[in-house]
Amino acid sequence: MITGALRQTGRLFALAAEVVRAVFRRPFQFREFVEQFWFVASVTILPAALVSIPFGAVIALQVGSLTEQLGAQSFTGGASVLAVVQQASPLIVALLIAGAGGSAICADLGSRKIREELDAMEVMGVSPVQRLVVPRVLAAMGVAVLLNGLVSVVGILGGYFFNVIMQGGTPGAYLSSFSALAQLPDLYVSELKALIFGFIAGIVAAYRGLNPRGGPKGVGDAVNQSVVITFLLLFFVNMVMTAIYLQIVPPKGG
Amino acid sequence: MGIEVVVEGLTKSFGKQSIWRDVSLTLPAGEVSVMLGPSGTGKTVFLKSLIGLLKPEQGRVLINGVDMVNSPERDIYETRKLFGLMFQDGALFGSMSLFDNIAFPLREHTRKKESEIRRIVMERIEVVGLLGAEGKLPGEISGGMRKRAGLARALVLDPQIILCDEPDSGLDPVRTAYISQLLIDLNAQLDATMLIVTHNLDIAATVPDNMGMLFLRELVTFGPREVLLTSDEPVVSQFLGGRREGPIGMSEEKDAATLAAEADAASASVPAAPRVIVPQLEPSPGLPPRQAVARRRKRVMGMIDTLPPAARSAIRDTYAKSAEAATLPMPAAGSGA
Repeated sequence: MITGALRQTGRLFALAAEVVRAVFRRPFQFREFVEQFWFVASVTILPAALVSIPFGAVIALQVGSLTEQLGAQSFTGGASVLAVVQQASPLIVALLIAGAGGSAICADLGSRKIREELDAMEVMGVSPVQRLVVPRVLAAMGVAVLLNGLVSVVGILGGYFFNVIMQGGTPGAYLSSFSALAQLPDLYVSELKALIFGFIAGIVAAYRGLNPRGGPKGVGDAVNQSVVITFLLLFFVNMVMTAIYLQIVPPKGG
Repeated sequence: MGIEVVVEGLTKSFGKQSIWRDVSLTLPAGEVSVMLGPSGTGKTVFLKSLIGLLKPEQGRVLINGVDMVNSPERDIYETRKLFGLMFQDGALFGSMSLFDNIAFPLREHTRKKESEIRRIVMERIEVVGLLGAEGKLPGEISGGMRKRAGLARALVLDPQIILCDEPDSGLDPVRTAYISQLLIDLNAQLDATMLIVTHNLDIAATVPDNMGMLFLRELVTFGPREVLLTSDEPVVSQFLGGRREGPIGMSEEKDAATLAAEADAASASVPAAPRVIVPQLEPSPGLPPRQAVARRRKRVMGMIDTLPPAARSAIRDTYAKSAEAATLPMPAAGSGA
């Protein structure tokens, strides 16, 4: 049981290492990359925007209600922006990249595997990792970074709207607390998180897709597992990265 | 000229289930070999092990000095470019048209211009008789066509070693005969080493120079076709005769009681007629003669004293006949050169 889990983990890391190495091997599959980039972007942009509006709103409402009770209403803006940019946005991106993009990648690779297409590719001396997995992982990472920007902006706008219009906050206080508490490293770490989440989502999806167990049902199971495993990993990695960030970057307000 | 494939002491198992043990054989350069065996004896696994897709636990597969089992991945990928493998159901890329499928190896491994690729691909498509279907997707054509498209894809890089996984399965007898002829013609044109895995008796009888048989986790025998065709080993004769009486049962192996009962019944029944050796197929008129024939003759005559007596006389018969044939006036094929 434990050795089985360790073996899977080891293989996952081996695939990650192989992908990193294959990124630098020529020829780069530019066409495949563009196609996958477009595909992942097209399945994630709209849901990401739609999810981020209510998400920004609930954070603004919750934080607004709390700060009102504490009498620190003027800091609502800064607090909710930080929550959106640092936490909500990378996680929304991660859930969508894993749920919409990763599941499709996993299903695609898995069905190719059981149809022996990947074997055929290897027989022809073409590495499926280099030809198929690398463009997909890079596409997931690229889309995650761009999507993170989109989600941040939409989330902040949503928060602004709900704070100013619904809770009677003042635009000036919202913006001034924003610039009092938020700093550029918050955005950097957010984008770094998105990049890493995109990598993890792509690798896990590819790993489960390349190793489905037994027939079409196995592919379905693999897709399911890839999404669940990605979620677990992402929340864990997010916790670690947040803890490290809070330790090494001094808070602006302090 | 093709490349010799040397297999030494290959052993493969999946978990606790052993597939075959200690398989050693040599596929002579440029000759056509057939691996027979009942369904489920690991013939496909053997094929995939030769090309390095599956990794046997023990043994070596040597091609040009590269061990397809243990060499670094880089060398294995390089060596695979010498191979053409025809998968059981074609293994075409479902999202590409037949043309793109067949052009895939050329686009990946060569820097040929698109017009050049088009010429080569259309030539191969014509060879396998798929002209007019090149725009279709693999999902839109029959299993036999997929198989032939898979063969065409295996051929575009002019492979030195061609492996065919059950070229006949899902084909009608006429198409099987065409495939047999096609394989021999290919051998004449490319002079590639070929291994065909099958349980089709017509292909086994007419195509190969050498034959082997896998049964019960062992390589029963491998050698010149006459050895297997004249073999009185129960497994071989049961298989070639397509009979129920013998060691092969519905689920691989029979138990001793059934075998004893059969032995009693067999003594009462008429003995099976002796097998006749059908002559091997010749390349189609207009093609060059197979260079492998002369090499094989030299090789087989060199080892003839080590072969069983029945095989020895069968080989002498065959070559006596072909010597007569050679004295006949040759057709004018190839004289235009």
